[in-house]
Amino acid sequence: MDFKEIRHIARFLIIIGIQVLILNQIRFSGFITPYLYPLFILLLPFNTKGYTLLLTAFFTGLVVDMFSDSLGMHASATVLMAFLRPWVIGSITIKTEFEPDVEPRLNVMGAGWVFIYTLIMIFIHHLSLFLLEIFRFSGFGETLLRTILSTAFSVLIIMIAHLLLGSQKRTRAL
Amino acid sequence: MRNLFNFITRHYFFFLFALLQVISVMLIVQNNTYHRSFFINSSNLIAGNIYNIRENITQYFSLKAVNEQLLEENTRLRNQLPGNYLKTDQNIFTFRDTLHLRQFRYINARIINNSVRNRNNHITIDKGRLHGIQPDMGVIGPMGVVGIVKDVSPNFSSIISLLHSDMQISAKIEKNNHLGTIIWEGFDHRKVSMLYIPPHVQLERGDTIITSGFSQLFPEGIPIGVIDEFEIRRGDNFYTISVELFMDFNNLQFVQVVQHIFREELEEVENR
Repeated sequence: MDFKEIRHIARFLIIIGIQVLILNQIRFSGFITPYLYPLFILLLPFNTKGYTLLLTAFFTGLVVDMFSDSLGMHASATVLMAFLRPWVIGSITIKTEFEPDVEPRLNVMGAGWVFIYTLIMIFIHHLSLFLLEIFRFSGFGETLLRTILSTAFSVLIIMIAHLLLGSQKRTRAL
Repeated sequence: MRNLFNFITRHYFFFLFALLQVISVMLIVQNNTYHRSFFINSSNLIAGNIYNIRENITQYFSLKAVNEQLLEENTRLRNQLPGNYLKTDQNIFTFRDTLHLRQFRYINARIINNSVRNRNNHITIDKGRLHGIQPDMGVIGPMGVVGIVKDVSPNFSSIISLLHSDMQISAKIEKNNHLGTIIWEGFDHRKVSMLYIPPHVQLERGDTIITSGFSQLFPEGIPIGVIDEFEIRRGDNFYTISVELFMDFNNLQFVQVVQHIFREELEEVENR
């Protein structure tokens, strides 16, 4: 257990805390829900192993589920998002080799890349989440509208979080 | 066999994904089946205590709204006091009244978590099994029906809100006692729908909807809302009625859990 793991755990607790205690209580016209917690999965380093990625996503979703009485829904949506992450990264990135432990951050990839990446991933997550919540396709128009509006808010919040995170320090000699 | 293992290890990313999705869907299905719910929900100890701490801090910000709600409820209750009524028949007197057995008892509780945005909303309260709460009890608020208790832990309970897709409440129109069912269609937390009112019934905008008292969950006459819009769609056998709730679930703070004292006796005779 070195500094790296402790930083990840602290980040997990802060992000889940903000999600559960603050964002879950915000009610924009009873329709729009911003979700910050996918940021934790988005921020995992590029070289994260496949099983770590999926199991972390499952656990993160399960913790959020525990606090919102929606057992399995957030877990399923987050796992789907994590499963598609390598493919999304591969399809929007030209450079594919990264130094170990580099995270998809503003100073590494640039604001445009981070925005597109966040947008695609959050859209996948929200669409799957809201479809699971309705559990049928009859209200598809409303679900899509809800997904788009919530995605806009979540992406906004995640981009603000990116700005607050600052830049990733390169303390280790590579 | 070795080829199979090789295949699985080569594509483990996909198989792990599929496995986790299957687990998630199983959890969703299990949680949705009324009552077969799992220990991972907000009535467990960790989530319950964290919500309790948060609520202790945030409840000060809504004291004004809560006071107004309580004042309205007090006025409504005061209007029901026997002292308001003139006694017109002096021939009746009561001695140890055995005609009126107490049927309902109320346990008050504070809401520590609530939501109105989701399709399926849940409420967590700070009373549990130790305070006499059991699954399947009705829950009412200052201005009407709130929901049904789903899970209890020793100190907390999880409630299925009226704003939930599985929720159906037996209700009637106050002026003519026609029975219907209240459900929530989603989207607007101030509106519910009333089903199964046949077209020969005379309706008016503003008619009050109250609970029927047939479900053993709620006493008769708990207010729910007023009729906002109604129409008979072409080819339908029933009215489509939109009911505006009296209660705003968004600023709900305190609720009462309804304990039906003769519930077991009633269920026994109905299942016989």
